[in-house]
Amino acid sequence: MSSTPMVLFEEEFKQITAICDQLHRDAAAKAVFLVDKNGQLLANSGETGDLDTTSLASLTAGNIAATGGLAQLLGEKEFAIQFHEGEKDNIHISLVGQRVILVIIFDERSSLGLVRLRVRKACLELATIFEVIHQKASETGSTVFSEITDDDIDNLFGDG
Amino acid sequence: MSFINYSSREINCKIVYYGPGLCGKTTNLQYIYAKTNPEAKGKMISLETETERTLFFDFLPLSLGEIRGFKTRFHLYTVPGQVFYDASRKLILKGVDGVVFVADSQAERMDANLESLENLRTNLKEQGYDLDALPYVVQYNKRDLPNAVDLDYLKQYINPTTVPDFEAVATTGVGVFDTLKAVAKQVLIELKRGR
Repeated sequence: MSSTPMVLFEEEFKQITAICDQLHRDAAAKAVFLVDKNGQLLANSGETGDLDTTSLASLTAGNIAATGGLAQLLGEKEFAIQFHEGEKDNIHISLVGQRVILVIIFDERSSLGLVRLRVRKACLELATIFEVIHQKASETGSTVFSEITDDDIDNLFGDG
Repeated sequence: MSFINYSSREINCKIVYYGPGLCGKTTNLQYIYAKTNPEAKGKMISLETETERTLFFDFLPLSLGEIRGFKTRFHLYTVPGQVFYDASRKLILKGVDGVVFVADSQAERMDANLESLENLRTNLKEQGYDLDALPYVVQYNKRDLPNAVDLDYLKQYINPTTVPDFEAVATTGVGVFDTLKAVAKQVLIELKRGR
């Protein structure tokens, strides 16, 4: 197996959520999302009620993966920032470290300049926390699940 | 690569359906989507061409229930089967936890099956995975067709490592959930082992 699972503990989850909340306010954004490069939603903040956040996470990761593929074709390491402009809403997507994607959805209440400015600061803070998360994950791995029994797994599929 | 969230008490895993073009990967997901309770599934996304061929991927999030207080979620993806979409297939394999190879039972698709299987191994290797070390099951689809080849013949060529395998007719759902359960179970066992 080539990589350890991403493990998010309560403490770090609170920290990254706090940063998303702060970014949501500072950037005057509609919503802020943190997505794993594999398409798992890690945290979100703002007006997320009407959004299909699972689909958003998966499509964002697909988008980043495709853009990364394009970058490689051109001999670039990556395109760290993407911006999609809509009639009302806009999406700003950026890479944090090598593993996490920060997504900001904003409308006319904000501007691309403000979003970029605030994202830069948040990215630095997030990168530090994800260093810790990565470190913790490689120390503990998923061995914490070793208490799961075969019966537990069978029961999950027991009802057909 | 699975994702474990202790805060929301969730385990998320990624399963990829692989196989040659028109073997029935998308049909598998469509059947699962149609037969799953609304509260256990999210929206199914299909990024397809105008002729309904998969262009990038299909995506279906599924909840399977709880293990020791942790919600288990599986994200099911298909790859585009057509040969020239290889760059996209590689991307979708990133972070995979389990693989289903969907083979087309029709005699004239045997070459396509073998080519796709070889392509799966190669692409996994590029991402640092070894198919023989991953949770992996095989599905022989389209068993209802008159030109379906003998099962023993398929097993011999498609499943030389004798991983769990299933006969299926994805359009009517035969074998679809058996396949899914088998791979999901292997993924959880792998997680329990702590790799």
